[in-house]
Amino acid sequence: MQDFGEAFRLAFHLVWSANPDLIEIIGLSLQVSLSAMVISCLIGLPTGAILGISRFRSRNAVIIILNAMMGLPPVVVGLCVYLMLSRAGPMGWLGLLYSPTAMIIAQSILITPIVAALSRQVIEDLHTEYAEQFRSLCVPVGTAIGALLWDARYSLLTVALAGFGRAVAEVGAVIIVGGNIEHLTRVMTTAIALETSKGDLSLALALGMVLLAIALAVNAAVMGFRMTAVRNAYV
Amino acid sequence: MFDTAIISNTSSTGEAVRDVRPILPCEVTDLCFEVHGRTIIDHIDLQLTEGSLTMIMGPNGAGKSVMVRLLHGMLFPTSGEIRWGGRPIEDSTRKSQAMVFQKPVLLRRSVSANIAFVLALRRKNSPERVEKILDSVGLSGLANTPARRLSGGESQRLVIARALATDPDLLFLDEPTASLDPASVLAIENIVMSARDRGVKIIFITHDIGQARRLADEVIFMHRGKIVEKSEASQFFDKPASKEARDYLAGRIVL
Repeated sequence: MQDFGEAFRLAFHLVWSANPDLIEIIGLSLQVSLSAMVISCLIGLPTGAILGISRFRSRNAVIIILNAMMGLPPVVVGLCVYLMLSRAGPMGWLGLLYSPTAMIIAQSILITPIVAALSRQVIEDLHTEYAEQFRSLCVPVGTAIGALLWDARYSLLTVALAGFGRAVAEVGAVIIVGGNIEHLTRVMTTAIALETSKGDLSLALALGMVLLAIALAVNAAVMGFRMTAVRNAYV
Repeated sequence: MFDTAIISNTSSTGEAVRDVRPILPCEVTDLCFEVHGRTIIDHIDLQLTEGSLTMIMGPNGAGKSVMVRLLHGMLFPTSGEIRWGGRPIEDSTRKSQAMVFQKPVLLRRSVSANIAFVLALRRKNSPERVEKILDSVGLSGLANTPARRLSGGESQRLVIARALATDPDLLFLDEPTASLDPASVLAIENIVMSARDRGVKIIFITHDIGQARRLADEVIFMHRGKIVEKSEASQFFDKPASKEARDYLAGRIVL
């Protein structure tokens, strides 16, 4: 067990000197989580918008399920993706297990319900305001969805960043499907878990600091977007 | 599901081909509208003809707003029939109409983008057209301002300009000048009169008797879901036939 002070000193040094291992891990984390965020937005935003403006019989049940899925346990998602991608699984032939792609798939599954459920609420609120005017103008469904997504863009950016925050901070799914392989699938959270269990606190602390910095930056970005939107009366 | 229609026909110039069949006259037969057993519109028969500005007046709760929503097809009648140019309400009739709601609904975009949105819907969007439309309502200097930053009067001018940008044959206005100052009221009245002079049929709801006197060609006076009186404006204001209209014009409370 290292001395805490020494561990902090080493951690700062690793960050300050832009240690190549550290940079590689951060780079992969961002690549995986940003990709998952983009994929989940491509699926979740239109899903949320369609759900926000449609009325059908089992709509409430779908919304309840979607909201419940926001709290999907990452290890369960990891396990399901593992079963799908393992050699004996239905998609084993793809050979994706223990690859960054598998991690992107797992994180996308994890955060798509978050993006869909939150965007559903945002779009539904805006649609309540626009619905009568859109009906009066005979706006086609596709155009209405596009207009709602565009006009709610600042709120939806916050939704996307919430998804990213969840993805970049989770460890359960990526450690199961990625395997935490050095120079291949090691990301910040899995590295922190490993280095802590090994007792090498300096790298774990350095990564923890970066992770916290990213969380702060994401929240600052959210606040910045909101302030811009409020200034322009777009929310 | 979201109730919409798809503009499928386009001309060689790319503009949406609109149904050219006239939507007027409008025939309303034995129209009733009830909500939770409460009668809002009570067996109304009505005929609306081309041109002219029809003013709908009456106390709160008379059913004026519900009436225009039924005419525009935003609500479905409990019984009775509305026929535009001999046809029931359909998307083609609604595309020939435009409606300005009492509370302006502005897209969360710039002033010019609000106009461009409806022009694009009708496949006739161009920067020159947007500029011309904004200029016609005195908003060209605010083209890039976020629409929701506009004052009440400017917002209402923008929504009227946006409604007229669809080039309607008929324009519904539901108390467009409620709680606006006299200068804003005048600006909006000028826009409406200029549209009427171009042949757009106007159906205008107001509580402002002075405004009705200034603008109306004919007046429909409603009370408790019924049309109590429908007459030429001059006749309505000089010799109202019903007691309710006389009381209303005299400033007495009509219950």
